[in-house]
Amino acid sequence: MVEIGHFALVLALAVGLVQSVLPIYGARTGDERLMGMAAPAAVTVFALVTISFVALIQAYVTSDFSVLNVVENSHSAKPLIYKISGTWGNHEGSMLLWVFILSLFGALVALFGGNLPSSLRATVIAVQGWIGTAFFLFILFTSNPFIRVASPPVEGQDLNPILQDIGLAIHPPLLYLGYVGFSVSFAFAVAALIDGRVDAAWARWVRPWTLAAWIFLTAGIAMGSYWAYYELGWGGFWFWDPVENASFMPWLAGTALLHSAIVMEKRSALKIWTILLSIITFSFSLLGTFLVRSGVLTSVHAFATDPSRGVFILMILMVFIGGSLALFAWRAGTLTAGGLFQPISREGALVLNNLFLTTAAATVLIGTLYPLLLESVTGEKISVGAPFFNLTFGPLMLPLLLAVPFGPLLAWKRGDLFAAGQRLVAAFAVALAAVAVVLLFVDRTALLAALGAGLAFWLLAGSLTDLALKAGIGKVSAPVMLRRLRGLPGSAFGTAIAHFGLGVTLLGIVSVTAFQTENILTMAKGDTLPVAGYTLRFDETVPVQGPNYTADEARFSLVNAAGKKIAGISSAKRMYTARRMPTTEAGIHTFIFSQLYVSLGDPASNGGMVVRIWYKPLVTLIWIGGLVMMFGGIVSLADRRLRIGAPARSAKGTEAAATGGRA
Amino acid sequence: MTSRIRRLLPAFAAAAMLLLQAAPAFAVRPDEMLSDPKLEHRAREISAGLRCLVCQNQSIDDSDADLARDLRVLVRERLEKGDTNEEVVRFVVSRYGEFVLLKPRFELKTLLLWGTPVLVLLFGGALVAVSVRNRRRAAPTGLSEAENAELKKILAEGD
Repeated sequence: MVEIGHFALVLALAVGLVQSVLPIYGARTGDERLMGMAAPAAVTVFALVTISFVALIQAYVTSDFSVLNVVENSHSAKPLIYKISGTWGNHEGSMLLWVFILSLFGALVALFGGNLPSSLRATVIAVQGWIGTAFFLFILFTSNPFIRVASPPVEGQDLNPILQDIGLAIHPPLLYLGYVGFSVSFAFAVAALIDGRVDAAWARWVRPWTLAAWIFLTAGIAMGSYWAYYELGWGGFWFWDPVENASFMPWLAGTALLHSAIVMEKRSALKIWTILLSIITFSFSLLGTFLVRSGVLTSVHAFATDPSRGVFILMILMVFIGGSLALFAWRAGTLTAGGLFQPISREGALVLNNLFLTTAAATVLIGTLYPLLLESVTGEKISVGAPFFNLTFGPLMLPLLLAVPFGPLLAWKRGDLFAAGQRLVAAFAVALAAVAVVLLFVDRTALLAALGAGLAFWLLAGSLTDLALKAGIGKVSAPVMLRRLRGLPGSAFGTAIAHFGLGVTLLGIVSVTAFQTENILTMAKGDTLPVAGYTLRFDETVPVQGPNYTADEARFSLVNAAGKKIAGISSAKRMYTARRMPTTEAGIHTFIFSQLYVSLGDPASNGGMVVRIWYKPLVTLIWIGGLVMMFGGIVSLADRRLRIGAPARSAKGTEAAATGGRA
Repeated sequence: MTSRIRRLLPAFAAAAMLLLQAAPAFAVRPDEMLSDPKLEHRAREISAGLRCLVCQNQSIDDSDADLARDLRVLVRERLEKGDTNEEVVRFVVSRYGEFVLLKPRFELKTLLLWGTPVLVLLFGGALVAVSVRNRRRAAPTGLSEAENAELKKILAEGD
């Protein structure tokens, strides 16, 4: 089975070469038969990579320790789910997952692209083939997961214990669906540049694919953040770690792309910018892969001593990013600029959104790369950490978030800022009320937190205002309003829901940053601690035997004011036997939106345990907001106009293009 | 170092309590904390901005590493001696170099780092402004006088 997987991967490279060359040659020479090769080639590559991927999973599931990759990352006593997720819990396997998802998107374009002009479809699939080929070569030459060991050991070395968690089992696939999903809009952008033409079918295709990728990336980042929160044991939700930044940059650029694609779809303006942004977004995805996979982050030194992988990915980066940007510089002039608009308009608001999101992405980029750049140029070592990002990223978000409620209320082409402001008076009052409530009832000195909460409520109330106005509040009767709401397009709902989710996340961040309480103390059996109106009692420590670890579990009771036990919390320290690596398993009790977080430290000299206890008010809103944003994306994606309107209308376009091609 | 100790004691490894002993130290521990809450608060603030030198992108306040603990204790010692926050940071930097600062200083060599957000925003803003102005100039400026007269005539005929 392993050899079949290996062989299928080599074959995928061969078919990938076909996919890269023939269709685009056909598109340039007008040869329909060669263009027709695109779809079957893409589907075949997908089938081959699937075989290869399944073969590797099978090796993991059966603990085939004749495969080096399995030896290094698995263990026979590991639970089945982590055997499977172990497949992509390491460098080689995760690259295979990467190309698996890439070929999946290639096949999807091939299968659903029937309504595209055939030359555009052929070019898009060929461009995807280029990316695929580059990564097949990378895997086969530097990161082959199918390499055997001459004398197989009896037991494997197990997966890094902190990765043995359900959160990290599904985090990489979600993240990669996002990263690689942006390859579709990238391929469309490159195809448009090669064709020198951007038509209606282009815009109608790019937006839903970008949206889908964005939904997955949002899910991946939110899940990664929650995983870090509960698994790393110190209760932070975002660390501005380079690995996090690597996924955050494509998210910022992708969010900008999502908004500019709307302008392009609705008003056929911002064409050239949208194409550039598609290239930038996927470049960030590639860069993210490079940063995480080349080892350059852990140490520039390690990268320099074993550079084969890093240099290969660096070459891929230079070819694709440099190549596409050069193509852009060369060909962008041939594209015609689209619709006109006044600065104060929906388009103008979306341009503002793009300006700030792109600047934010550039800020994260420079902060992440600067230490590497400086060290390689001057040899000096500096650190760029959370304080830098908070100081630069925060102020960039402020005007953006303030402007969010205005955007959807402005008309296309020419908007009225004053009228939009008038309609937002109610939302502004809500925001002011939130500021007042925080100052009066929570903390009189927390001015920044109060303003932050006000901004969050400004977003929440603003998005509700948008929906209420679209339903015709104050103008028509309630039944008519309901009917109007039902008739609203999914994208209008999607916008409002996603912006609402942004407010939810912001509220969670503000609340936790400003109002979390922390207790670090030594607790002995029977000790109690008052926390958030409850009493936490330390009951006992119990040794626990897991499948591939041993643990010491500390059990706590949460007692309410009446002296009744309302919940048990257990917090553990695990020791994974194979790697001799300890992990902390935080004990978390959730009160709907807030959480009590208990993390264990060392045993103290007096026989007690060092315990770190946080009360985190409204912390779950951070991730709930992410879910709401995703839901907004899904609602928008389910818009009937995307599903039904697009094929019907672009079918004519296909005919026209086909006839045009023949003539 | 702890891993070497652990390798020396494989026989006892199964004993859960021992595993616990061998586990790395915990971030901030009660015995490190200063009795004066104001001073302790300042220590925490300073610690959040200092990098644990042996970790990946962790502040000494968050880190379990022994070196981070040493630095935390050092920060507290200096505070107890009456140093200001700036003096403490300066002292730590003089010992460990600028690498410990999670927020790099604003200097010539970090000019590009701190300047990028501002530059990109200004450059992007200027680009937007220029393209808006160009578009507006290129846009049709409405009807000419002759066209207006024609329109008036047609509208009058319609009455």
